[in-house]
Amino acid sequence: MKEMIQKSFERTRLRREIWEKSMVVVLFLCAIFVLFILFNILWHLIVQGISSLNLDFFTHLPKAVGESGGGMANAIVGTFVLLILAVCVGVPMGLGAGIYLSEFAHQGFAQTVRFMTDVMNGIPSIVFGIFAYTICVMPMKTFSAISGGLALGLMMIPMITRTSEQFIKMVPNQLREAGLALGIPQWRVILDIVLPTAIGGIMTGIMVALARVAGETAPLLFTAFGNRYYAHSLTQPIAALPLQVFDYAISPFDDWHRQAWAGAVVLIGMVFLINIWAQYFVASRNRWMSGK
Amino acid sequence: MNLKGSIKVNSLNFYYGAHHALKNISIIVEPGQIVAMIGPSGCGKSTLLRLFNRMNDLIPSSRVEGEILIDGVNIYDKNMDVVSLRRRVGMVFQKSTPFPKSIYDNIAYGLKIVGIKDRRILAETVERSLKRAALWDEVKDHLGKSAMSLSGGQQQRLCIARAIAVSPEIILMDEPCSALDPIATARIEELMGTLKDEYTIVIVTHNMQQAARVSDKTAFLMHGQIIEFTKTTDFFTKPSNKITEDYITGRFG
Repeated sequence: MKEMIQKSFERTRLRREIWEKSMVVVLFLCAIFVLFILFNILWHLIVQGISSLNLDFFTHLPKAVGESGGGMANAIVGTFVLLILAVCVGVPMGLGAGIYLSEFAHQGFAQTVRFMTDVMNGIPSIVFGIFAYTICVMPMKTFSAISGGLALGLMMIPMITRTSEQFIKMVPNQLREAGLALGIPQWRVILDIVLPTAIGGIMTGIMVALARVAGETAPLLFTAFGNRYYAHSLTQPIAALPLQVFDYAISPFDDWHRQAWAGAVVLIGMVFLINIWAQYFVASRNRWMSGK
Repeated sequence: MNLKGSIKVNSLNFYYGAHHALKNISIIVEPGQIVAMIGPSGCGKSTLLRLFNRMNDLIPSSRVEGEILIDGVNIYDKNMDVVSLRRRVGMVFQKSTPFPKSIYDNIAYGLKIVGIKDRRILAETVERSLKRAALWDEVKDHLGKSAMSLSGGQQQRLCIARAIAVSPEIILMDEPCSALDPIATARIEELMGTLKDEYTIVIVTHNMQQAARVSDKTAFLMHGQIIEFTKTTDFFTKPSNKITEDYITGRFG
């Protein structure tokens, strides 16, 4: 019996080794393919857009229809404004809900809210646009930066709620007790001890949410609407990179097509820079915490 | 000096839901004493310790009967302000719990929160507390560094300094040395000896030698009851109870 089992191990050895090796190769190819797609996209964007990526692109307004040259300064500023507004809406609400769920909520209620945030995460982005249109654009009777920021901010809420709840929960309970045992009121314990401990994860969650909404076009179609000039107040229609890229991409002009590619490059670059800044912030904080 | 910080427990019962965790406990702790509480895991010694600063308030469906008087005032009275109680009754935990702040701010934080803004008073208190906790010499040159960068033993002494800074009368210690090596443990024990002239200390420990070394009185708990509570020297040399004797000679537990 024992011998038979050993023999069978011997016999299948070659086959096992081939399988082992080939599976690793397959997984490696999958990893390479992921990289390939990413670099392919970036390569495409840069090749097609590089000719329009000059100083003018960052500092000038779009030229009149049919004229070549000009830039997307309005859209770059617009996207920044919209993202700041979105953060103002999404972060307080999302973080607040996350804190409530992890620190105060009863099991059942937290479960329900968690399920709801998952549902909310699955809502198509254009629906957020329609919602913002109904509650903001219609009463104000104008497209506006505010309504665009609101649509993006609402989209951020479920993502931020989930991640901040998770990371706040990971803070050891003893730390909370230590604060309370020192006679510190609970809200100060959360603000001064729990949140700073979880800040790295919370920031990452915010950045992921921000990166996702930065590229959204659909929710802005009938909220921010787009603007070929700078918006002079938050109650005016405002340009945004994804909107302008979309506009230019479906236009019949070659120059605009090139600019659309360049706009996409800038959009990716912006998200990338914001992320690097956040990573740096988190990393330097961690370095300080561990005392290096 | 007329010390404050007496604890008097009167026929105390404590329940977690239906579970009767502490049964008819009555003990008296004099000011300036170190009292050790020992007993097998789950006997209720930590639970009893946490009743002294009402940390059990956080546990839903827990219930207290009877009374705990600190300096003659029942801390389970309806009018008791829990926050001010906890300022008088400090606590040090099993795992060191430095806040995500600098060494300086870890200690100054408890003071700042009650509105002490004077930098001179803050700096003096930080220095005095760190000296009292025998940590000053090791950290005085880098008070701005993160408290997380300290070693385990240093972190624990920082937590003691932090507790001292808000001038409590009583310090509760929940297995403060169980995560520390023997050298760091010895330093904390030494520290307790110097603190008892100013503070009442109640310590929960699994280490019987530690209880014997540091405490004036020892309480032995089992199944939520006080089996024996007496002077430490008597406790370990001539226990009056058979269960105590079995426990301290290692026959069970």
